[in-house]
Parts: sequence; structure tokens; C-alpha cells
Amino acid sequence: MIRIEGVAKTFTLHNQGGAVIEVMRGAALRVAAGECVGLVGASGAGKSTLMRMIWGNYLAAAGRIMVGDVDVAQAAPRGIIALRRETLGYVSQFLRVVPRVPTVDVVAEPLLALGHDEEAARAQARAMLARLNIPQTLWALSPTTFSGGEQQRVNIARGFVHPFPALLLDEPTASLDAANREVVLGLIAAAKARGAAIVGIFHDEDARARVCDRLVDVTAFAPQAA
Amino acid sequence: MTPLLQVRDLGKSYGRHIGCADVSLDLWPGEVMGIVGESGSGKSTLLACMAGHVVPDRGQVIFDTRADGPRDTVSMSEPARRMLGRTDWAFVHQHARDGLRMGVSAGGNVGERLMAVGARHYGDIRATATDWLGRVEIDAGRIDDRPATFSGGMQQRLQIARNLVTGPRLVFMDEPTGGLDVSVQARLLDLLRGLVRRMGLSAVIVTHDLAVVRLLADRLMVMKDGRVVETGLTDQVLDDPQHGYTQLLVSSVLQV
Repeated sequence: MIRIEGVAKTFTLHNQGGAVIEVMRGAALRVAAGECVGLVGASGAGKSTLMRMIWGNYLAAAGRIMVGDVDVAQAAPRGIIALRRETLGYVSQFLRVVPRVPTVDVVAEPLLALGHDEEAARAQARAMLARLNIPQTLWALSPTTFSGGEQQRVNIARGFVHPFPALLLDEPTASLDAANREVVLGLIAAAKARGAAIVGIFHDEDARARVCDRLVDVTAFAPQAA
Repeated sequence: MTPLLQVRDLGKSYGRHIGCADVSLDLWPGEVMGIVGESGSGKSTLLACMAGHVVPDRGQVIFDTRADGPRDTVSMSEPARRMLGRTDWAFVHQHARDGLRMGVSAGGNVGERLMAVGARHYGDIRATATDWLGRVEIDAGRIDDRPATFSGGMQQRLQIARNLVTGPRLVFMDEPTGGLDVSVQARLLDLLRGLVRRMGLSAVIVTHDLAVVRLLADRLMVMKDGRVVETGLTDQVLDDPQHGYTQLLVSSVLQV
């Protein structure tokens, strides 16, 4: 489902003397449907960089990043927009939403973007929020005032409300208590069972051991190592 | 599928000063494009040229018309272009009073646009106007009040209702949230997003506010000195800017 070959990443800092920093070279990764691959490596090794290149908010300097039959490294913006709407989900560490929008609508949005009926989409969003133990009293409020753990669960709800065939998970269990961590690990296991290809970053070693089928150390993609 | 709007080599100069130059873009149905840049970067001139408010010196603005398919609106007759402006296009001004008739009631402001495209039945027009005031969250009880009695945020929402009531396919917006309180901006952003999604609208939004484009635009175009310096997916341009000017712009913002 996800195939990455020969991917490189450089940053050119035009306002700092045009310095060119090469951060990754020869990155390769394959994730089959139903498989979860964990990215590991020390902080700063490039786990998030690789994940952002798959999402498409970082431009790859070279290589192919196939998600389904779309090459994210080459696709036009509207190809990536369609990919994100239908195929590729992303649970980031940050919740970026329009202020004052109710939580239930934030979670329903991926379904609304796909043209689902508004009430049906909200019903699914409510079910997902309940599953993630977000108190019902909060559903009509904007998540911008929520605690870190609650915001993270809203992000997770939004990422799992539509059965994306491919998923990127950036620290999905980082600030959760034990009970909610179990819920999230259950969601990940269920996504794998229905055939989702998942790339994850987990600092939580136990969680990593439970859901990841394989680990890939991104240190191997550092330019000096290549 | 055909792009809804194709801009080719658009340019406009004021004497020796470049308003905008060599601008080309494709806008697809349902897409929202943000245009950012500092004051004087040419973004408003570009918007005015695209919308037919200013005649460009060069280039084409090709719109996929319902009746005849893609047509260049720059070389089209004035009446034909005006008709497009009333039916398929809408323009939301930064200052609501530039887009509203301040001496006419709120309901009249919305109804007038309907009459311009041929609506004649008073009851229907009033019902549609009432419906639209509801959609932009203006109390139906204010339908006979003049916009001068409205707050800035309400005026802006009324302007949006007046523009969208005829079911346009393309909306041009010039700093639609500029000059509004932050909380009012948020409500307007949510309203615009909902309308864009439900009506399948395409939109071109000019703003200097990177947080606004992050939340509203699918794609982003960055302008400097009248020229496009960078285009791409919105979060890619903001998170991994390639051009020195965009890097400066993004790093100058407190948080986007």
C-alpha cells in the first residue's frame, strides 16, 4: 500500500546564507495492507521528516513515495488533496481547527468532506467520541480549550472516523491515561484487521511492541550513513 | 474534468510600476486557493484583474461557463462579463460597505441580487432572503433593518449572503476577515468553510493572514513585487517553504 524508494530530503535556508542541509538520503520503506510499521531512531533522526514527506507537507528532494497508486513526491496539489480525502489519514500531535467549531463537527469533518450525509456523519462522530471517553458534555464545545489528552483523543477520533486505507500516526498514545491508551491500541488493531497500512511513531515502547509488525530505524537513512 | 478558472500570463502595470506580472494558475471545482503576500505585493490587483474589476494589460482569464464551456472573460463583451458577475461569480470585499447597499434593508440587499437574475415573486424573494440570513446567522427579525445598524461582523456575513444567494460557482474574496475581531473571524471562517463544502464552491481568497489560509485554503500562492514566487499545497508551502521570501514570511509570524 505504501512504497518508498530512494527518498532524499534537503532544506535550503535562503535567509541564512543559502545553507543547504541534507537530512535524509536513500530512504526506503514498504508497508503492506494490514501491516503496522514503527519508525524508530533517536530524536532528530528524521522520523517526523519521513512521515511529513508521506503526508506531503514536506517536499522530497528525490525518490518515489507511492501511497496506493499516487506518487506523493510527484503529484499535483489536487492529487494530494484527493489522496488525503479518500485514502490517507493522519493523526498528528497537534490539533489545528477553526476556533469555536464544536468538537462533534471537527470529528465529522473527514466524512463531510467525502460527501456523507451531515446527520449520519455526526452520529458516527459521536460514537467515536464516546468510544474515546470524551465526556458528552464537551461534544458541543470547541476542542481548542480542551486538555492535551482530550485534544489528542479528538485528533485520533478524526483520524479513525473514516476507514482510511493508509494511516500515519504520530505519537498517538503520548499523553493518554492507561484506559484511553487501551482504546487507541484497540482502534489501531481494528484498523489493521480491516486492512489499513499504518506507519507510526511511538515512543511508548510497550505500545510499539503490541501494534507494530516491524520496526524501521530511520538512522540508516542519514546522509553520512548512506 | 476542466479547471473552473484558468489564468494565463496575466499582467497589469500602472505606468512603470508593476501591479502584477506573468501570473498563471488553474483553479479546479471545489478548490479554495489562497493568495498571500505583503501590502503592495500585487495580490489585490491580481484579484481585481481576475474578477474583471480592472482590465489587465495582458493575459487571459478563462472561465468554464455553463453554456459555452471555457471562455476568455478578458476579451468577452462587457454585458456578457457583467452577466457572469451576477450569476456565476461573487466578490466579497474587505469592507462590507463596499459590497453592500447601505441605504437598503438587509432583506433588500439579498433580494436585489435575486431580482438581478430574474426573480420577480415578492414572497419567494423574501423567503429566500430570510433563509439566507439564517444561514449566515443573522436573526430573521433584522430583515428590515439597514446594514448601517449592524456590527462589522454582521455586515460581513450579510455581504456573504448577498453574494452567495444566486448560487455562484466562484467566489473572489479580498481579506474577508480583515478588520474583524478574532472571535468574529473564527465564526466567519467556519461559516465560509461550511458554505464552500455544501455548495461545492471554488474560491480565491486574498489575505495577509497565514492562519486564515491554513484553515481555509487547499492551495496557496505567494506573491512578492507583483510576481508569484511560490505555489503549492497550503500546508506544504507553510511547513516547508522553498523560496527565501516565503521562508521569511512564515518565520515572521508568531504562530501559524
